[in-house]
Amino acid sequence: MTGTRLTKGGRIDRSATLQFQLEGRRFTGYAGDTLASALLANGIRVFGRSFKYHRPRGILASGIQEPNALMTVGTGSRRIPNLPATSVELYDGLVCERQNGWPSVDFDIGSVFGLFARFLSAGFYYKTFIGPTRGSWMFYERWIRRAAGLGRATHEPDSARYDHRHHHTDVLVIGSGPAGLAAALAAGRAGSRVLLVEQDSMAGGSLLDSPIGTDDDQLRSALLAQLVALPTVQILTHTSVFGLYDGLAAGMVERRPVIQGVSAPSEVLHIVRANQIIHATGALEQPLLFGNNDRPGVMLAGAVRAHLHRYALRLGDEVVVVTNHDSAWSAAFDLADAGARVTVVDERPAPNADLLQGAKDRAIAVRVHTVATRVFGSNGVKALEVRDAESGAVARIACDLVAMSGGWIPTVQLTTHGGVRTVFNPTLGVHVAGPMAAGQSIAGAASGDPTDPLKQGHAVGVRAAQALGFSADAGLAPESAWSSVPLMTTRTSASLPAQSKVFIDFQSDVTLSDMHVSLEDGFESPEHLKRYTALGMATDQGKSSHYNGLTTLSALRGQAMGALGTTTHRPPYTPVTVGVLAGRSVGLHFRATRRTPMHEWHMANGVTMIEAGPWFRPWYYRWAGADVGSAYIEEMRVVRSRVGLSDVSSLGKIELTGPDVGIFLDRVYVNGFSSLAVGKARYGVMLNDDGTVLDDGTTARLGEHRYFLTTTTAQAGEVMSWLEFLLQTVWPDLRVQAVSVTDRWAAMSLAGPYARDVLARALPEIDVSNAALPHMGVMERQIGEMPVRIGRLSFSGELAYEVYVPADYGVGMWEHLLAVGADVGIRPYGLEALASLRIEKGHVAGIELDHRNTLRDLGLGKMGSRAKSYIGRALSERSELVDTQRWSLVGLELVEPAGKLRGGAILFAKDEPIQGHGRGYITSVTWSTVHERLIALALYRGGLNHVGEEIVCAYPLRGEQVRARIVSPMFIDPAGERLHA
Amino acid sequence: MLRIPCPHCGVRDYTEFRYAGDASKSRPSLEITDVKTWHDHVFLFDNPKGMHQEYWQHVQGCRQWLVLERDTSTNTVSRAWFARQGKSS
Repeated sequence: MTGTRLTKGGRIDRSATLQFQLEGRRFTGYAGDTLASALLANGIRVFGRSFKYHRPRGILASGIQEPNALMTVGTGSRRIPNLPATSVELYDGLVCERQNGWPSVDFDIGSVFGLFARFLSAGFYYKTFIGPTRGSWMFYERWIRRAAGLGRATHEPDSARYDHRHHHTDVLVIGSGPAGLAAALAAGRAGSRVLLVEQDSMAGGSLLDSPIGTDDDQLRSALLAQLVALPTVQILTHTSVFGLYDGLAAGMVERRPVIQGVSAPSEVLHIVRANQIIHATGALEQPLLFGNNDRPGVMLAGAVRAHLHRYALRLGDEVVVVTNHDSAWSAAFDLADAGARVTVVDERPAPNADLLQGAKDRAIAVRVHTVATRVFGSNGVKALEVRDAESGAVARIACDLVAMSGGWIPTVQLTTHGGVRTVFNPTLGVHVAGPMAAGQSIAGAASGDPTDPLKQGHAVGVRAAQALGFSADAGLAPESAWSSVPLMTTRTSASLPAQSKVFIDFQSDVTLSDMHVSLEDGFESPEHLKRYTALGMATDQGKSSHYNGLTTLSALRGQAMGALGTTTHRPPYTPVTVGVLAGRSVGLHFRATRRTPMHEWHMANGVTMIEAGPWFRPWYYRWAGADVGSAYIEEMRVVRSRVGLSDVSSLGKIELTGPDVGIFLDRVYVNGFSSLAVGKARYGVMLNDDGTVLDDGTTARLGEHRYFLTTTTAQAGEVMSWLEFLLQTVWPDLRVQAVSVTDRWAAMSLAGPYARDVLARALPEIDVSNAALPHMGVMERQIGEMPVRIGRLSFSGELAYEVYVPADYGVGMWEHLLAVGADVGIRPYGLEALASLRIEKGHVAGIELDHRNTLRDLGLGKMGSRAKSYIGRALSERSELVDTQRWSLVGLELVEPAGKLRGGAILFAKDEPIQGHGRGYITSVTWSTVHERLIALALYRGGLNHVGEEIVCAYPLRGEQVRARIVSPMFIDPAGERLHA
Repeated sequence: MLRIPCPHCGVRDYTEFRYAGDASKSRPSLEITDVKTWHDHVFLFDNPKGMHQEYWQHVQGCRQWLVLERDTSTNTVSRAWFARQGKSS
């Protein structure tokens, strides 16, 4: 195959020269070229080495079907591997390289694998890496992994931009060949909104493979002109539908053409919700099976013809067209017309007389009833060996290009995604889509019906629009002399070639002999064969292999195609980059984040933030230390000895109003709330239905019919949904309104011995004396325009107040408190100190509230009311949950000064062997500024019955074992004197 | 992409909703303290093929709890109504 760029014709712009590079060599191509056509025009024939055997490979197909010519395109952070060269549009400045060859694709040491092919056959991995030979895997793994494979991606962060777009359309038409164009036109004229999607760079489908000026081409231009004139029709080219999903939703990726110097999204994910979907996805040409059918220079006949007419490339001087049906003859005729010497080899004894006459007119040599047996040549084709099916006589035809065609199969991957199973049609000899699901229809070659695709497309377009109530005049179906319908043929499988190196899956390197091995090993069903040999599992998803695999299996097993079943097609139909799925949801935008009203203040004042669910919360402040380990201890000291201020705005806040709130909360919480006095708050715990603890928090009664409930930061959304569920579905009779007001209020906790002093001076209008605002007291006041809520609530165990102001006043109040408290040494403190102070006080938090613990496990058993029923009560009394040997909350004190207590450490009794799950584990650890040692909260079997015992905390990950003593979890102020001060 | 006809907001992607299980079961009254009744309600679920009633909440919309009728074998959604209206509205 020498390849000549013709001086005229094709859909390329010879006036627009594009420069590009292959492995450092500079080439030129034209606008309109693919990377494949440009390289072919420059004489490149070997496009890569195969996956397993490192055989040289060229171009087999055109467009997205190509299995061989996977290339790495781009450099640095824009380096993208495994792109089929046939679907990469050439752009100026493109840099690319071929894959899987070392030191180069042209001279590849890995090709010695070919010599060891019999060791790499089907099931190689399974056989080698299990059983006695397993040791050799350990030895060879790195070597094999390096040798087998595809291109390598960049390790740099992806610098490309990706976007997501959402569409709602009446009719989605997939594919812009004749059937798709006619369908879109009919549906659009009938009045429906139409989205027509084409994966190629131009609309037209198979019409593009005919020369400009022919009937096909004129038909394409005419239909497109009419479509463009319709305001209801949108056409998306460069866009591949990769999956069809429930609810007539389609996922599609648009690959934006690269224009140097222009910053634009490189890919766009389109998510389309359609009311009707029309599949006009055409058909895929299939290879024939003969020895060395994978050599560079053996191509699909349709691809040869497409390259001739679209890219003005005559890819051979001496061409053999080998086929078993009519469609490949047009490639033979066109090649002969373009000046090539052509031989046609047809498996059929008596092809159509018109074809024979056409061949005669063009001086094409014809061999009928003849099959190809093998190719000679390694980096290119030297000759094709053929065998007369009748006489058995073997002949060798010198050639530089073999154009083969084993028939076309309908492209039904997407209909399968949509839940439509394929069925074997014995008349056509292929699988076609079964009865279409509601809202979907199929037309043209994709349907398997070889009659006029224009009529078919028109009919389904009209029907789709009518189904949605659009009944404007759709006009008549377009007419044309166009007649190049792809022909479906029953693939003859009676005479499988005896040759070795008959490739069925080019990309996975699966040969006919691999299929023999698979069957010998007992993997006989299509699903088993696929997994044992990897047939059809490569990045091309078997577009040019899975069907040959199936027909071969049918022949080998002597079982009819219809009885064999097929494998299931799943998304994606074409490869999708992770980048486009992520879109702009990367980095900080990975997910929604929430910031408290004081966020900017923290940032400006030396905070280190920590993510707590969606929230950014202050972790520690630099005033206290350079790292969290030293800072949180300083912050704790300030709270215990003076006063600290902490941002607690992320707590979930729910306002409950209505006459029945008290009754509602009595049912939701284990303890009572209808008895709560106005102006008081109470700590409450709620259970899941299964009796485990769901969440805790304080709830204040602000008025007769008004309560203010707080949740933990982590469970805020969960609790809100739960309350809404109960109110809407279980007790719709209760007169209660629940509104989330988390974002409405800024909340801060003022804690420490000087807390009241600071608060009283900061808000002189309000009496916050012990008498006016005792422990668990709550008040609502108005200072000028600003409402303020103050609750005397403590998480730290110190004298503490929670101050709530509307979000907009948050920073003002925060700065005011800090300013007023400056003379007594007030400091902001973060989440680490907050969480450590509560450990000293023995308060449980998120880490202990893990939906596995009961009230009793957490030392809260006495809270459960005996007088009323509440959610979770029945199941909390299951025998398993009241077992006194359950793991329950204890405190731990380290007894060896040099050791470390670690969260997650497994606990064992003193002289017990260190194995298994132990008797519990450490949940939370902190340095105690009060006791000047490490303390922890833990869950331990039998809990506080073991107070005073020495136990072992094992941390197997680091091989550590330290001794600790079980103590009360209330490390400070057991009598609550600080709280009530 | 399951599409859910919210009776308040219109047809929306399922990603705006949270799924919350079988809506055909009757929740025992809180007054019932029998462990077995609650156990069966909380832990035992059927996994029917075909039409199924299930709870969904439109968390990123109107926050209403809905009962949705969905065919579990085809994912076809037939209708949805406010859960507060009862089992079959």
